Amino acid sequence: MRIDLKHITLIPLFILIGLLYGCSGENESSQKSGIDTGSGQANTQQNTASTSTEPGKLVLAKQQIFHRGNGSEPQSLDPHKSEGVPSSHIQRDIFEGLIGETPEGKLIPGAAERWEISEDGTVYTFYIRENARWSNGDPVLASDFVFAWRRLLAPETGSYYSQTFAPVLNAEAIIQGKMKPETLAAEALDERTLKVTLKGPTPYFLGLLTHSSTFPIHPASVEKYGDKFSRPDNLVSNGAYTLSEWVVQSHIRVDRNPRYWDNANTTIDTVFFYPIEDQSSALKRYRAGELDFVYEFPINQYKWLKENLPGEMRTPLYLGNYYYGFNVTKPPFKDNKKLRQALSMTLDREIIAEKVVTAGVVPAYGWVPRGVYNYENEEYDWMSLSKEERLAMAKKLYEEAGYSKDNPFTVEIRYNTSENHKKVALAIAAMWKQALGVNAKILNEEWKVFLENRKQKQVTEVFRAGWIADYNDAFSFAELLHSQHGINDSGYVNPEYDALLAQSAVEPDPEKRKTLLKQAERIMLEDYPIIPIYYYTSKRVVKPYVGGYVDNIMDHQYSKHLYILEH
Amino acid sequence: MLAFAFKRFLGAWPTLLLIITVAFFMVRLAPGGPFDTEKTLPPEIQANLDKKYHLDEPLVMQYGRYLWDIARGDFGPSFQYKDYSVNELIGAGFPVSLRLGGSAILLALIIGVTLGAIAALRQNSRVDYSVMTTAMVGISIPNFVMAPLLLLVFAVYLGWLPAGGWEGGSFRNTVLPIIALSLPQVAYIARLTRGSMIEVLRSNFIRTARAKGLPEHTVIIRHALKPALLPVVSYLGPATAAVITGSVVIEQIFGLPGLGRYFVQGALNRDYTLVMGVVIFYGVLIIVFNLIVDLLYAVLDPRVRY
Repeated sequence: MRIDLKHITLIPLFILIGLLYGCSGENESSQKSGIDTGSGQANTQQNTASTSTEPGKLVLAKQQIFHRGNGSEPQSLDPHKSEGVPSSHIQRDIFEGLIGETPEGKLIPGAAERWEISEDGTVYTFYIRENARWSNGDPVLASDFVFAWRRLLAPETGSYYSQTFAPVLNAEAIIQGKMKPETLAAEALDERTLKVTLKGPTPYFLGLLTHSSTFPIHPASVEKYGDKFSRPDNLVSNGAYTLSEWVVQSHIRVDRNPRYWDNANTTIDTVFFYPIEDQSSALKRYRAGELDFVYEFPINQYKWLKENLPGEMRTPLYLGNYYYGFNVTKPPFKDNKKLRQALSMTLDREIIAEKVVTAGVVPAYGWVPRGVYNYENEEYDWMSLSKEERLAMAKKLYEEAGYSKDNPFTVEIRYNTSENHKKVALAIAAMWKQALGVNAKILNEEWKVFLENRKQKQVTEVFRAGWIADYNDAFSFAELLHSQHGINDSGYVNPEYDALLAQSAVEPDPEKRKTLLKQAERIMLEDYPIIPIYYYTSKRVVKPYVGGYVDNIMDHQYSKHLYILEH
Repeated sequence: MLAFAFKRFLGAWPTLLLIITVAFFMVRLAPGGPFDTEKTLPPEIQANLDKKYHLDEPLVMQYGRYLWDIARGDFGPSFQYKDYSVNELIGAGFPVSLRLGGSAILLALIIGVTLGAIAALRQNSRVDYSVMTTAMVGISIPNFVMAPLLLLVFAVYLGWLPAGGWEGGSFRNTVLPIIALSLPQVAYIARLTRGSMIEVLRSNFIRTARAKGLPEHTVIIRHALKPALLPVVSYLGPATAAVITGSVVIEQIFGLPGLGRYFVQGALNRDYTLVMGVVIFYGVLIIVFNLIVDLLYAVLDPRVRY
């Protein structure tokens, strides 16, 4: 038993070399993350890249295969049972709703070639394209939409998104089980004409119809396969792609649907969606050339990406906000507006956005993010004050609320476990301590525990929260603080605010409606039930050879708009 | 021996029942439920979902129903992955984990035992020290550090191997995860082998064998190695069960569709049926492998007879 021992002694050496080699790469990025170079402009710089090119002028790759990172495993591909953004991305490729979108996010005809809206804004008549086909060749009928929507609302389905359809007449009663799904005010006048009656004018109704929960499903296959109709061999869909393969936790493959009415304008033949939850792994696979598209890069790689892949990283504004809520149903924040205002004013949002969070997020001084359709966001007046003036004012309010350096306020900040939330909480606690002498304890909780505590409003004082809009309208944010809304975890109640929202729901004139919503936002901001902190950005990395990619605020990226260039 | 195996088989049932019971009630004790999300469901829909999954029944009844279901081999539908049942998820994930884990354990066993034996034979030499230092490093570097390092070096910088994905289990895709999985095991097995080998080499029967004038390789392979492997074998039982049920870290980092991540994700999502399914599955494997180890003992050690 003689073994050449010389080689064995090399093994530890080899491993050590590997370690050192690996470490130097990682260190590079962490060292760089200490330097900041005005990250706020990142979004505007990259928006224009690769948008002006047309497929005709460029050389397309022979193989039109798109490898798309897609966050996490979709819970379901059934439009009524899925929840979360990753499944919507796939559903937008395989299904098509009445309304489509341009790459920029403008609403255009989808399965409906045109529509009419009654003068009072409550009756919508959609005309479905004659050449709209299901992937098995069946024509897409008005009754297919009616079938799908009834199923979406039926309590037996248990959809998370049934409330998307609340603006439609009778929808809420159906959700509550008080009326039958057949009473939904959506009827097929003939094979291709669909009439929908709304409760009130809902200017964002067309936008809602781009949401995956409103997509049609093929009635015959639902009847045949039941709950399993969304499996690869069973799924009949009407979008630009059809589902070919689904290996749970590995990938979902969709292929071009030759029966899609606009198939001639689809370039990419095959899309692989990879559920890669580990963001660093996704970025590594991107760097190794296995992915063309990173769903979300790890925030600690922002500086590295900015220096090494500047044209490929994209951080456009996204329709979401990150905020802290006060539990206003209990002391110390109940009836203590001065204290809440003082705490809000003390935060240096620029530092939080640019040094703590990075990735181009935008400091928030209002509730509704910028870039919402037909809206200009409200912001605190004190935003124009200098930092010193703000602090002086905050100190005064803090003292008026009965606290001082000698009698400091003690508070608990609760957040769900995450590196980013922890950094933000630490920064905020430090800012409060430094400016006012507040003793803030930070407390992290596992997601579901956190959600339950937040909802019950018993132990929470200050809590982290965030919201990403389902549709591009100010109301999608405004409704969150309505006294009856399920996510109003602050427990904020202001009848005036509720009344303005109610008024806006029946106001047919868009300008007047906007004024009402802005008025409501102003009132709410001045009541300080929440602290706006920053507006989200997407965190994408996209290969330069992916053509047709345009940033849009809803982050709706249809694969049919894209093409792969020779590379 | 057959009688022993049968006795152990009977004894396994109460253990399994205990595992199921404890796991069932512990999962339910955790705050929050499978359908709690940031979005609040309308109460009517929540009620319907609860009814559909029998969450509205008293816990004891649910427990009874669950036992009845698993007695028929049905682990129920997954709460999180609504298009799949737990049986399907385990059925799809286990072959992946088994292949990765099985290869990793086999690799670890071959390399670990060889290195350990060499180190023991050259005790206190340079070879011994370097093997043991490497082993120590291998044990102390956690997987979540080692795996990204391997990826960075071999996939990103050198571009020799893919940076992740399963691709139906192609060889190229499995090399790095198998190495990452086996490294800590190699280290552990090498240390175990060395320790027991040194002890065995000092024992009387080895001195006798040498005194008889047997050639050294016969002494080592025929007489020393077998008893020296006993601690390794007892370690191997639970280790194999653990490795072939998947590692959440390795699966997340390499993007592999194995079983391991269902433990963690299932628990975080309060996917009651999925957590229970994998816990029971893991429990059964542990029981089986421990039984195999006990039987192997009888083969390896003449003093052990059942």
